[in-house]
Amino acid sequence: MKSQIQDKQFKRMSRRELLKLTPVLALGAFAIPALQKPLLKAGLGFSDWASAKMFRTGHLAPTFADSELTPFTKFPINGYDVADPGVDFDKWNLTVAGAAQKPGDYILAQIQTLPKFTQNTRHVCVEGWDVIGNFGGVHLSDFLKMIGADTTARFVYVECADDYYETLDMETALHPQTMLCYEMYGRPLTREHGAPLRLTIPTKVGYKQAKYLTDLKVTNVLQKVGYWEDQGYSYFYGL
Amino acid sequence: MSTQVIAIENAKTGEVSGAVYEHPFIVRLCHWVNAVALFVMVGSGLQIFRAFPSFGAKIPQRDLINWPESFAIGGWLGGALQWHLTFMWIYIATGLVYIGYQIFSGNYKQVLFVRRDLPGVWPMVRYYFFFGPKPSVREAYNPLQKHAYTSAIGLGVLSVLTGFAVWKPVQFSWLAWMMGGFHWARLWHFLVMWAILAFVVGHLVMVVLHGWSNFVSMLAGWKKDPECSSK
Repeated sequence: MKSQIQDKQFKRMSRRELLKLTPVLALGAFAIPALQKPLLKAGLGFSDWASAKMFRTGHLAPTFADSELTPFTKFPINGYDVADPGVDFDKWNLTVAGAAQKPGDYILAQIQTLPKFTQNTRHVCVEGWDVIGNFGGVHLSDFLKMIGADTTARFVYVECADDYYETLDMETALHPQTMLCYEMYGRPLTREHGAPLRLTIPTKVGYKQAKYLTDLKVTNVLQKVGYWEDQGYSYFYGL
Repeated sequence: MSTQVIAIENAKTGEVSGAVYEHPFIVRLCHWVNAVALFVMVGSGLQIFRAFPSFGAKIPQRDLINWPESFAIGGWLGGALQWHLTFMWIYIATGLVYIGYQIFSGNYKQVLFVRRDLPGVWPMVRYYFFFGPKPSVREAYNPLQKHAYTSAIGLGVLSVLTGFAVWKPVQFSWLAWMMGGFHWARLWHFLVMWAILAFVVGHLVMVVLHGWSNFVSMLAGWKKDPECSSK
């Protein structure tokens, strides 16, 4: 079946079809400086929302045999950790605040009374490299129980000796592999790796795993999110 | 599915030429949105790669390539991730809409490379690259084109799957495992990108060779003087 039309008609028809594509130009909004930032923020926000939906509380990150461990000497240290944050280990304690029944200062020995566990898990850096490390410590969920934290609160916010700060969603904080870590490879944390206490979270990217912890707050309200997040990184970044 | 064919009469000369409605609206929309998304995904991906331009160990780090920043999008790792994690949804959405439309409209028969296209591949290669005789074309796309388009769609799917294995190696640990683990998934993601870029280069060369009315058909849907017009 073949119909015949005039070329003028054909041009009109083609033009109409072409104009249907104008919605594609909406993508040009990303090239407008005033709109670019809020659009990308919205996109990142959507990714974080989707990440939180994809996170399964009972799903464990893969664990590895000792033979698969990256040697301790080849476990990278971030450039920022070369500078000594000057933690006084004798006076160190973790200050708990916020929605907890037992706020106050907790020394390392108190934290170490909780059941210890070790795990060989993959540490993935936002830059793209990954290593498998051996970590020892206590379940953050046990510590939250110890301080009588309100686990219906949304966030666990931490501050560090080196002006670093981070926020965890409560689901991740309660995950069985989320660790308040004081040992690596069977030895107390070294200064570079965040002594005396750090977070290791196999379900999160590296920058979420704060070192040199000094303060922990259970809260629903955040003044700030995280050292890198406040510069434009993803808040959730669950692996 | 029957392709829409019309005859156009030139008002001045009375000459009659043919035109065929080659690309439905949804296909054209997905094509162009996806082209923009792919451009952003590659540009921002290369900026992300700049943060650790290696597939080996972090210590000692051996950089594979020092990719120039001017051929990347985002300015820094955080900026590039914002672009990448925003446009991936657009990239995925166009892919899903396209594939969904092709299946439900039956239009996929025009593009999907199937076993009976196999014998036609070599004659087309001979025609394109070795001055062989031009095989007769009975369909909208020749077997080589079908092969290229079907592969491109497959690569698009792979780019998303490898991307998810890199982004979520814990939640999608089975995906990462299928690719040989997180470390390998990152390499696959990178290689799939180059394969897609190879397709894009070949695609653009073909677009230039096939001329203006072929190019216009991806914008306006209608293609004038089609090679295969009904008799």
